[in-house]
Amino acid sequence: MDQALFEFCLRMGDNTLVLGHRVSEWCGHAPVLEEDIALANTALDLIGQTQLWLGLAGEVEGAGRDADALAFRRDAWDFRSVLLVEQPNGDFGQTILRQYLFDQYQALMLAELVASSDARVSAIAQKAAKEVAYHLDRSRDTVVGLGDGTDESHTRMQAALDRLYPFVGELFGEDDLDREVAARGIAPLPASLRAAYDAALAATMDEATLALPDSRWSQSGGRDGTRHSEHLGHLLTEMQWLQRAYPDARW
Amino acid sequence: MVAQPSTDEIWAVLARVPDPEIPAISLTDLGIIRDIAWEGETLAVTVTPTYSGCPATSLINFEIETALREAGIERIDLRRQLAPPWTTDWLSQEGRAKLEAYGIAPPTAARGPEKCPRCGSTHVERISQFGSTPCKAQWRCKECREPFDYFKCI
Repeated sequence: MDQALFEFCLRMGDNTLVLGHRVSEWCGHAPVLEEDIALANTALDLIGQTQLWLGLAGEVEGAGRDADALAFRRDAWDFRSVLLVEQPNGDFGQTILRQYLFDQYQALMLAELVASSDARVSAIAQKAAKEVAYHLDRSRDTVVGLGDGTDESHTRMQAALDRLYPFVGELFGEDDLDREVAARGIAPLPASLRAAYDAALAATMDEATLALPDSRWSQSGGRDGTRHSEHLGHLLTEMQWLQRAYPDARW
Repeated sequence: MVAQPSTDEIWAVLARVPDPEIPAISLTDLGIIRDIAWEGETLAVTVTPTYSGCPATSLINFEIETALREAGIERIDLRRQLAPPWTTDWLSQEGRAKLEAYGIAPPTAARGPEKCPRCGSTHVERISQFGSTPCKAQWRCKECREPFDYFKCI
């Protein structure tokens, strides 16, 4: 089995799965109907991309696990999602800021993955890149609108940025797995995306009149599964409940 | 044994299958049927999804299979093709006209509707980047005050 490719697909698919589930928690709770629909649609795209990434992971593994088995039958320590995406929704501003921090990274990553040496990875990236570009348009605009909005919205957005920025560094982590997939031309080293990310973030926050925290110190432990936050377990409890209670249940 | 229908005839069969979420247009209008080919006794139909999470995808596959069986084709191999990814450039001219007649503004490169599909006014504003299905956004006409769907351009 190609362990590196398998784990790489888990990192991509677990990020979209966990974020997709988080965003779906807004369904029926958003501030206005249009935002409710937008969040549900974003979640749907992310879950769709999850099916592609985890589907490929299952194919690479060759052990008969499909995307559903990987999503619903693994426990927290087998997840390879970054800590950023498992953070709770907080208020609407925090949800949108988390989305922007992720979308900006994902757009840069997918743009590179289009040229992956693995044709399957490239095909998924080409598909997902279009959807993520659309998400990024919206999350960026909304961050700017709320940051440069009322005193109340500005204060909330700044608080969200202060809270979430310490999870950004993990997106650019590097370990043996990253080095192997980079050497094989499957994916770029995440660190190689950092300069473009920082430039985009600085421009957005400037427009949003928000101040990026001085410290670049970052939490880590999600993408290698060594130290997820407690939030992931709670999320999985809810997301996996049906398949855990009634294995192989189907509509 | 019945003679195999030609691929042209099969394209015509699929041109009559409506999209399950926007029944005003057909699957071929939507541009998601990428290829139809006979491989011996088996008909290979290559389909590309509009959006990766579109819930209509499995229903679309079911509708394709049903239509082909009704046309007497027994061995069908439905294939999913992701790349090149679907683009609204693949909507047929006929499909664009049908969308507009149905009240959905067709996609434009300008990333917004050209005019209101009801009254034709060009004074339109965006309500939301998303809509009732993954492929649509919500807009409003400032003249006739009616909200309407816009087919997102991707």
